[in-house]
Amino acid sequence: MSTYGAPHSAAASVSGDGSRPSPSTTMPLLEVRDLWVRFRQGDRQVWAVNGLSYELFGGQTLAIIGESGSGKTVSSRALMGLLPETATVTGSARFDGEELLGLSDQEMRQHRGADLAMVFQDPTRSLNPTMRVGNQITEAIRTHLPLDRRAARERAIELLRLVRLPSPRQRFFEYPHQLSGGMRQRVMIAIALAADPKLLIADEATSSLDVTTQAQIMELLLDLQGQLGMALIMISHDLGLAASFADEVIVMYAGRAVERASTHQLFAHVRMPYTEALLEAIPRIERPSHSPLPVTPGRPPDLTTLPVGCPFEPRCSRARDTCRETSPPFEEQEPGHWWACWYPCDDGGSG
Amino acid sequence: MKLNGPLLEARHVVQEFVVRGHGGVKGGVVQAVSDVSFEVRSGETLGIVGETGSGKSTLARALLQAPRPKSGSVLFRGSDLVKLSGRRLMEARRHVQMVFQDPFGSLNPKWRVSQIVEEPLVAHGVGSRAERQRRVAEVLLRVGLDPKTYGPRRPRQLSGGQCQRVAIARALTLDPALIICDEPVSSLDVLIQAQVLNLFEQLRTELGLSYLFISHDLALVKQVSDRVAVMHLGKLCEIGPAESLYREPFHPYTVALLASIPSPNPTAARGRPEATISGEPPSPIDPPSGCRFRTRCPRAQERCAAEEPELRMLSDDHFVACHFPVTRETREPVPTTTTSQP
Repeated sequence: MSTYGAPHSAAASVSGDGSRPSPSTTMPLLEVRDLWVRFRQGDRQVWAVNGLSYELFGGQTLAIIGESGSGKTVSSRALMGLLPETATVTGSARFDGEELLGLSDQEMRQHRGADLAMVFQDPTRSLNPTMRVGNQITEAIRTHLPLDRRAARERAIELLRLVRLPSPRQRFFEYPHQLSGGMRQRVMIAIALAADPKLLIADEATSSLDVTTQAQIMELLLDLQGQLGMALIMISHDLGLAASFADEVIVMYAGRAVERASTHQLFAHVRMPYTEALLEAIPRIERPSHSPLPVTPGRPPDLTTLPVGCPFEPRCSRARDTCRETSPPFEEQEPGHWWACWYPCDDGGSG
Repeated sequence: MKLNGPLLEARHVVQEFVVRGHGGVKGGVVQAVSDVSFEVRSGETLGIVGETGSGKSTLARALLQAPRPKSGSVLFRGSDLVKLSGRRLMEARRHVQMVFQDPFGSLNPKWRVSQIVEEPLVAHGVGSRAERQRRVAEVLLRVGLDPKTYGPRRPRQLSGGQCQRVAIARALTLDPALIICDEPVSSLDVLIQAQVLNLFEQLRTELGLSYLFISHDLALVKQVSDRVAVMHLGKLCEIGPAESLYREPFHPYTVALLASIPSPNPTAARGRPEATISGEPPSPIDPPSGCRFRTRCPRAQERCAAEEPELRMLSDDHFVACHFPVTRETREPVPTTTTSQP
């Protein structure tokens, strides 16, 4: 357990049965409203995120799912103020009531690490190869907490123990190349936790790891979340991972949220044909060998020239004229279940 | 299945690499592949699964003699590739092609798609220029790329899925009998991955190909394979028919791997994936004595340290290298009943 920083109040229920944890306060920890991100690319605009809205309560786990280019990473990097200068960000993102977008680098630094922290996909490239891992953790600690060297080192070793790195006192003096991929990711998590953040964003944090290590790291993240009362955003391309670990899921396509619901509700009644296509395309061990996978033709749209209609329409088996003409709104169409589709899949499978 | 005999047979293949420390001093020997034997039967897909560092890619390269294995033999249609060299090896390798993981990295960025696909024909001196062009158009069509549109393009003008189709077309030009696929869809998005997997299946049935399909993804391997081999730290721990291996895994490592897969169905009986084995895989420089999985194995006993388990058959065509395999009596109840493979 951590000993520094006030323990967060949220009572986290880390159950995977899809029940939403009761929010500790009526105010969400993070409230994203109409977030738009576009990039300048020569004389063209890349529309990376187009009007994304969601809220997240303390202790909750949200999975943002999508393919490459769906805007899942860009939208969370926008919250962290980690986008390059070519990006234009509009909209609002309130963290604990305070607006994050439009903050100066100086102001953003107050939040980054201390309030919201991020773990990236590739631990090898995120760690400094010439620095002992212990020093990388103490650096993060001393940036945010008023501790002297000695206390910071104790805290770092404690963090290494918290992320269940074997023999933490010895590992403290090792370099990243002396650790395995799973151990490096544990170090990255320790750094992210250095200042007791209230929100941890894990961007494909387990994608480069083996399945057995992936299961260990996910268990670790959820345990930590329960212990520390953090909120967790897991960004992933893996619906299976979301189904197993998240309370709520947002599916993104071409920079938009296309479906959102509690994990249980989403997987019980998939509404958006895109989500359905994703689910069906995943090879599963339950399927017999050589059974053909249902195929969705085509590729995601070019983000520089988005269609007027539904972006998934060219690939969608349920598409009709309406879909080409008007983009469906993303609305709460059933209690707790949002989707953007004119002709959603229903249980009867009509249409 | 065994009517035609094996297409490719690996016998006691060993691959080792010397690690050198400061000043070129021998620091240790990485035992990447240790005494691995298996066969790929004609017309079948053999899947190989294993974690990072299990030696599955090293094994694939050793089969192709690039680099040659330290010892053992690789029989392709009865002739030992290890003993062949020069033109005769090149001639034999015509029939065994490879598709790699990184679709961009395995294509020459400066070449046009048509050149890339034609290259194996040029290297082997096959046909006239016109004949080669015809063949290029033919294989591009087979993998679902219009030769007129895509032939003149360069890799950077293609998406990841299209690049992988080009790599597959290149592997097909010489009309091989076996294609070794090393993580061929791992870098693709799910929907594109499904398209490419179906292409592999389609080519298999149309051209009567055999595959050696390597991946870390157990579900993916199940999707394409007739038989599956599980590798751990350079050793084969289990090999058997896909249906039987996934329904009734014998090796504790296979059981742990299967338990770690997240299911895209939260109400599934399997529930949340479990980290049933803890710790890190041991170093291949200094692997544990006896069974190499024993340090992470929940069933390990004294015998496992003393004696290395041999592959033995426990059910129809299903082999395991374990002293204390998970059998029907010791297994948690499995919903489906046991039947032999179709």
